[in-house]
Amino acid sequence: MDRELLIFSTLCFCFAMVRTAVALRARNYRPGGFNFFAIALGFIFQTGALTVRGHAVGRCPLTNLFEVFIFLAWSVSLIYLLIGPAYRLSLMGAFTAPLVFALQTFALLAPIDRPRLISVKPSAWLELHASVSLVAYGAFALACIAGVMYLIQERQLKRRRINSMFYHFPPLTDLFAAITRLVWLGLILLTVGLVAGFFTGQPLPVLHIAWSLGVWVFYAAILIARHLRSIAPRAIATLCIVAFSAALTLLWGITFVSRAHSL
Amino acid sequence: MNLFCVGLSHHTADVETREHFAGNAAIDQDLREALGCSEGLVLTTCNRVEVYAVSENVVPTARVVQCLCAHGVEAREEEMDAFYRYEGWRCVQHLFRVVSGLDSMVIGETEIFGQAKKAYDAAHSSGSAGRFLHRLFQRAFRVAKQVRTMTGITRGSVSVGSVAVDLAEKIFGHFEARKVLLLGAGEASERTARALFKRGVRDIRVTNRSWERAQALAALISGSAVRLHEWERHFREVDIVICSTASQKPVLTRARLAPLIRDRLDRPLFIIDIAVPRDVAPDVHEMEGVFLYDIDSLQSIAEQSLALRREQMTSAESIIDEHVNDFSGWFTAARARLIEGTSLRPSKS
Repeated sequence: MDRELLIFSTLCFCFAMVRTAVALRARNYRPGGFNFFAIALGFIFQTGALTVRGHAVGRCPLTNLFEVFIFLAWSVSLIYLLIGPAYRLSLMGAFTAPLVFALQTFALLAPIDRPRLISVKPSAWLELHASVSLVAYGAFALACIAGVMYLIQERQLKRRRINSMFYHFPPLTDLFAAITRLVWLGLILLTVGLVAGFFTGQPLPVLHIAWSLGVWVFYAAILIARHLRSIAPRAIATLCIVAFSAALTLLWGITFVSRAHSL
Repeated sequence: MNLFCVGLSHHTADVETREHFAGNAAIDQDLREALGCSEGLVLTTCNRVEVYAVSENVVPTARVVQCLCAHGVEAREEEMDAFYRYEGWRCVQHLFRVVSGLDSMVIGETEIFGQAKKAYDAAHSSGSAGRFLHRLFQRAFRVAKQVRTMTGITRGSVSVGSVAVDLAEKIFGHFEARKVLLLGAGEASERTARALFKRGVRDIRVTNRSWERAQALAALISGSAVRLHEWERHFREVDIVICSTASQKPVLTRARLAPLIRDRLDRPLFIIDIAVPRDVAPDVHEMEGVFLYDIDSLQSIAEQSLALRREQMTSAESIIDEHVNDFSGWFTAARARLIEGTSLRPSKS
């Protein structure tokens, strides 16, 4: 049942992505509510799938890499639905849909949905630690998307060549403000997640701690550099893309390696 | 029952010919009476003079043209050649294209919509527009709105002045908190500053070699004058710089700007250089966070916007074709009912 719901959800994101691609190809892209509603519908299916999975495993569904990816995709959709309307919702949705589609398609197709025998009893701190940390990654993913949009728009302005999407992009200063706020949001959530991790009452895996602290330090450094005005917005946008890509790769790697540290 | 349009436009006539007929276009009712039409409407703009009419019998083009000429003056042969005539569905299609801005000199311009509305209102008030023209023009306004909403035909600016303001908006968003510095007090920079003021900029500073001229311009645009030797200090605070000095050498070079923008790395700087010869060295555009647009690059963006509008024409044409078919169906049925002598009850279209 949960996989079926996820397939429906993935199709919603696929529709949003294909529709945008076709419109761009026809050079006839225009903002509208379609992407927002497609993502909202996809989010409802995601929530349904996670709920079904949660009941099945008797805890927050973060017991294997499959669930981690789905939860991450859900977090990205959640943050987009919360902050999207504040910016050009349809356009940000055009960039969000492919990311969520990629995450879910990978989760559904890759052989990563293997049931784990988990000896640890579910605890509120552990669930808070895992879920809030992944929602933080949702915020970092949106910062990465805003970074991509910033670089595209900046490039158009620098090259003095515009395309059909130019007039739909938010202003550069708005995108930069969005990046900053999303990194702040992600960092605060990650801090809460990390602190919660210390209250789980279990031995903390060194690899996870090092990775989490590394991500935290990286994003904190981005914010410090931004507020000290020591690097340009373009560099900050690039760093957000690099940081999220690296964090996602490491998340996969570490979750894969560190089988012991699961809920 | 014939529905037809006779007219000339920028496509077929030069400005002198257009002036000739525009200046003498009779008002709808007079024209209707002279032509013996049941309904008539004249649409006059700087780019076109067109008569839309509904008549029992065929009205020759020459007669319509003669009505548009000044009293006692005959249209010359070459002027007659400039006139076109559309009948039936072609007339409907032409009007829909005109009102949607597809037939305009600047594709997608929206001024024509207001002009057509004004022409219709005048004809409606005088009683010259009956149920056929009423239905035709109401549909045309609906089509134009749909074309505007569903396609990107009106997207982007196609004049240099508006492009500069559009680009500033794409960089900064809202203008209320933005600061503008005018380097040089020429007419072109005044126009751009006025456009920015209209869009919400409230802090405009003017510096010029002539202090009196700087003060005069500052007063005109509700700005403040800045002494020439102080402009560098102000440069650190501003977001948009408009250059239009008469200097023969670049006033702003990379070397001169580098220390001025060092502490504003998080704030973009938009430089509009409308001076010829240019006031800003081209390599300034390569600096981090600096966007330099001179006359040529503004013109290039205007042309790209126009090209984007042209790409939207196919989508716009298909919307129009749908409505033309629908309206033509209604018109044919209504005409048939009229001929049969039955009462014409407006159907929902």
